[in-house]
Amino acid sequence: MKSLMLHKLRAGLTMLGMVLGVSSVIAMLAIGRGAKEQAQKQVLKLGATNIIVRSVKPPPESAVNSGGASVLRYGLLRKDFDLLNKTIPTITQAIPIRELTKAARHRQHDITARIVGCTADYLDINHLNMAQGRFITDDDRQQKKNVAVLASGTADELFQYENPVGQSVRIGDKFYSIVGVTIPRQASAAIGGSMSGQDYNQDIYVPLETMRVRMGDLNIDRTAGSFSSEYWELSQITLRVDAQDRVVETANVIRESMKRNHKDDGDYAITVPLELLKQAEQMGIIFNVVLGSIAAISLLVGGIGIMNIMLATVTERTREIGIRRALGAKRRDITVQFLTETIVLSGTGGIIGILLGLSTGIAFAGIRSLVESFIFEGGKAGSDFAQMFSEMRPEPVPWSLPLAFFISVGIGIIFGIYPAQAAAKLDPIEALRHE
Amino acid sequence: MEFAAQVIDIQKHYDLGSVVVKALRGVSVDFPHGDFVAIMGSSGSGKSTLLNLLGALDRPTHGEYIIGGRPVSSISDDDLSAIRNEMIGFIFQSYNLIPQYTVVENIEVPLHYRKGYPTISAKDRKRIEELGDMVGLGDRLDHRPFQLSGGQQQRVAIARALVNDPQIILADEPTGNLDSATEAEIMDMLCKLNAEGRTIIMVTHENSVAKLAKRQIFMKDGVVAGEGLFPG
Ligand SMILES: Nc1ncnc2c1ncn2[C@@H]1O[C@H](COP(=O)(O)OP(=O)(O)OP(=O)(O)O)[C@@H](O)[C@H]1O
Ligand SMILES: [Mg+2]
Repeated sequence: MKSLMLHKLRAGLTMLGMVLGVSSVIAMLAIGRGAKEQAQKQVLKLGATNIIVRSVKPPPESAVNSGGASVLRYGLLRKDFDLLNKTIPTITQAIPIRELTKAARHRQHDITARIVGCTADYLDINHLNMAQGRFITDDDRQQKKNVAVLASGTADELFQYENPVGQSVRIGDKFYSIVGVTIPRQASAAIGGSMSGQDYNQDIYVPLETMRVRMGDLNIDRTAGSFSSEYWELSQITLRVDAQDRVVETANVIRESMKRNHKDDGDYAITVPLELLKQAEQMGIIFNVVLGSIAAISLLVGGIGIMNIMLATVTERTREIGIRRALGAKRRDITVQFLTETIVLSGTGGIIGILLGLSTGIAFAGIRSLVESFIFEGGKAGSDFAQMFSEMRPEPVPWSLPLAFFISVGIGIIFGIYPAQAAAKLDPIEALRHE
Repeated sequence: MEFAAQVIDIQKHYDLGSVVVKALRGVSVDFPHGDFVAIMGSSGSGKSTLLNLLGALDRPTHGEYIIGGRPVSSISDDDLSAIRNEMIGFIFQSYNLIPQYTVVENIEVPLHYRKGYPTISAKDRKRIEELGDMVGLGDRLDHRPFQLSGGQQQRVAIARALVNDPQIILADEPTGNLDSATEAEIMDMLCKLNAEGRTIIMVTHENSVAKLAKRQIFMKDGVVAGEGLFPG
């Protein structure tokens, strides 16, 4: 043992391969698990049987010039909604919404809120619950009532300590009477396409039909001198498929159907939560292959390095071996001594590797930004994947710690047995005469 | 009568491929209990070879060696290790201490290879201390070999040889690297050990050293050429 301490630098360098290999094993499993959990969380939030189609605002150069003011037309159309809802038999439910941001006001309180034109199903599909009052109803939609439901955050900001239900809120230049307030909900994670993470707490919900008649499909923004107009009919359609095993095929039908009303796919995006799972698996496989190779190579190199150093040690300490034999050590005693030293060396490397592997989170952030900037640069196909990649956190797998430790000890045994036996085989007299 | 050690017509050959070196060519010597023998002879005459065989570090090519009443040819390698550990204490010309170990740790080494591998007890610690005092290194037990003089290192080696209380002490030119004053001190120690009843077999080139033994064996070309001080 003492002789190991004698060559700290040498021992440290020898352990490097072990350290890298073992930390790769830990990291590999942690990243695999992190990716899977992240994807499962996503899918759970978005619904495994849901398919989400969203409007995407195209880059500005494709704006149509109409009479001096440019009107940007894009996104989902009501006829898309009808087409998807009526022609695809596996779709059991289709929920359209239209979103825009507008100033909302109550007395002196003034906020910029996300106004969501929606249907009664919106509550359920987004796992929202009512704190008081009621949500938008079918009746509200049919009669195009001027009613609104406030999200908890919006209610707090506009009404502070007052009860908003029964009062009215001004959105733009029109008034809506408040019929309910939702319970605060954790913001959802971002999904691909255009959907950024949603903070459900700054919303105001109004009936979709009311929004159409009172606000129109054209949204004029008079900021920064020039004024731009945007025209879109719907922001999102959430489609529910009747069975999980038909989601993928339904998604393909939707992709085909959407082509009918859109020349190119630049102004909408389709997200299939279930496919995120598959992508997570793919990501896991990529990482496992990369890190698995690193682990295997490092462990092999580490093992050979350890064997090499132990062979050198045996040569250096030949005389010591002769002395020990003369003083009564059996061959097995010598084998055990050198094997123990090797295992201590590789086991220490293993422990350092485990600690390093557990700090994967930090290293991962660095790797992530690198990978993001090089690989996923703007690529649309990779965007869901990139998104998920940027949000997952490696999750160390508990059993990987003993596993990694046993691997390092195992490497010590495998690569230590030969030098140890070479030491034991030395003839005592020859060994004593060495040097 | 049973001897401490007995060699009967032993030969030792080294097969070097092209030639066979016959280092011992038929040696028979009896070593009674409590004997003190000096083995002399010119360089290459086979003294060390004989001593290694006596120390059960090697087996003869022909002939028999009987130690503790048992013929070596019937003893397994592991049991030979046990015999070296329990019955024999080695002292070498070049001391052969383990450099990274302290004095105490060096003296301890034979204790680690005892039968059944008992851990070092308080009693063992006390014995190590006593041995340290006996060889006059009681205040240097935590020093390392490179911090000691040759004479001091040889004292550590003597303490180490004695730690398992062996019956036979084998010494190959124990004073070969020492000045005459230190040589006298070391020889004084060996004489005392012999007086305690231990059998001592020692290789030496020095007449002055050899005459301190009870008897002398003179070797030449792998055989015993005579007994008594040369020339005499
Ligand atoms: N391992 C070996 N292989 C080949 N020849 C050997 C070996 N060991 C000893 N010999 C030879 O055996 C002979 C006796 O050697 P040994 O070491 O016993 O001599 P010695 O009497 O101790 O000499 P010295 O006084 O120089 O120590 C020598 O000729 C030596 O070369
Ligand atoms: Mg010799």
